[in-house]
Amino acid sequence: MASSEPQADPRLLVLAPGDNIAVARQEIAAGTQLIIAGHPVVLQRALGFGHKIAVRAIAQGEKIIKYGVPIGSATADIAPGDYVHSHNVASDYMPNTVVVEGVA
Amino acid sequence: MTQTMRGWRRADGRKGIRNYVAVAYLVECAHHVAKEIAWPHREAGAHVIGFPGCYPNAYASKMMQRLCTHPNVGAVLLVSLGCEGFNKKLLEQTIKKSGRPVELLAIQEHGGTRSTIEKGRAWVETQLKALAAQPTEPMAVSELVVGTICGGSDATSGLTANPAMGRAFDFLVEEKAAAIFEETGELIGMEDWMAARAVTPELGQEIKACVAKAARYYETLGYPSFAPGNADGGLTTIEEKSLGAYAKSGASKISGIIKPGDIPPRGGLYLLDVVPDGEVRFGFPNISDNAEIVELIACGSHLILFSTGRGSVVGSALAPVIKVCANPRTYERMADDMDVNAGRILTGEADLDEVGREIFELIKQVGAGRTTKSEGLGHQEFILTYKSFEPIGPACLPAVA
Repeated sequence: MASSEPQADPRLLVLAPGDNIAVARQEIAAGTQLIIAGHPVVLQRALGFGHKIAVRAIAQGEKIIKYGVPIGSATADIAPGDYVHSHNVASDYMPNTVVVEGVA
Repeated sequence: MTQTMRGWRRADGRKGIRNYVAVAYLVECAHHVAKEIAWPHREAGAHVIGFPGCYPNAYASKMMQRLCTHPNVGAVLLVSLGCEGFNKKLLEQTIKKSGRPVELLAIQEHGGTRSTIEKGRAWVETQLKALAAQPTEPMAVSELVVGTICGGSDATSGLTANPAMGRAFDFLVEEKAAAIFEETGELIGMEDWMAARAVTPELGQEIKACVAKAARYYETLGYPSFAPGNADGGLTTIEEKSLGAYAKSGASKISGIIKPGDIPPRGGLYLLDVVPDGEVRFGFPNISDNAEIVELIACGSHLILFSTGRGSVVGSALAPVIKVCANPRTYERMADDMDVNAGRILTGEADLDEVGREIFELIKQVGAGRTTKSEGLGHQEFILTYKSFEPIGPACLPAVA
């Protein structure tokens, strides 16, 4: 296969060059060590299939880029390897209507 | 290897990649007779289409005219009960003017069910023989119109099949084919991004207006745009959800907006606005995937790219459907129904470009006569219901600079 990002972990799918998130190709258990941006990161919580993880540092207010398209803005500073969902991302279009439970 | 595409040239200059006889019922009361007429000839190329309503409607009339003069159609048998409101003389005249053989059978004037079926079958048989003898001509990719939809979606659809079809769309547009995407109700939050891809700022404004209309329409119908299940699946915002559907459009410039039954005037990428104009009437814009497929075909689509995650099995009357399966597990379960396994992107066996290229090559092979899975299984679904539209505005189809 052709690699999309030189440092992408095989369990993650970086959808377009320049994306700051990757999605899980499969469910990945909590405690799993992933290689992100060349550094080992231990998953703090399970990552569901299709869920997002930061592949580089994202500052509060910065756009989350998936497939080269902004899908919202960071509401907090996000470190590489952090889970990315409604606890740290808000829609630029309409307020999030769903709060994911169990995520600080 | 890719064979050369060959098509049947029609009087309007378009070419068909198939040469079917359409058997069209003009009211539900004539549906059974039409179905019986076509049944023995279904594998030889007799396809049933029709409109079930008894009340005349401009949209239905336009749709039936476009479908009966579709490039994949070589001859048309119109089956009427006799007393329905459909303007059958106008439809018959339109088909005649297009240079196609046409016959109108009114059941009430032909002695009822049995004798109409007999007369209809004899006519269809004669036409199929004549069509089989018609010569083909070489056909270029630039002469193709291809539509795309997704159905039976799951979390994999937006990750694999949709973006891979988007790549295939980019290859088509590069070679000056016309490519059509739709589902404005699933593009909410993408409108600024899409507007930036429009060939003119005015078209960009029209794209935004299109999506705003869809958002309003679905809100009136009480259709939620973002549900808890979406968040469970890993989608965070409405933009992200829409992105999955939007990925089908690829990355080309958007050349125009069309409405059902409008034929793209030249190659390029077009947004099909399927949401009716005016007050909310007649219920949901498209009640099932095949309603969308029929509208794409009415816009001249020779074939349809259909992405599915959970595993749709449908095909269509009049145009081959290429099924692109997004989910590798679904593909394993339903390989007989699937033409392309885009799930290989998830398992790491292929990347988006490779699957996009595979879809593009398959489009050309189907154009050269290769049978798709749904065609081979005999799928010929068709559904057409009431809608109403205003014509497109002048900014929707900018002239080429």
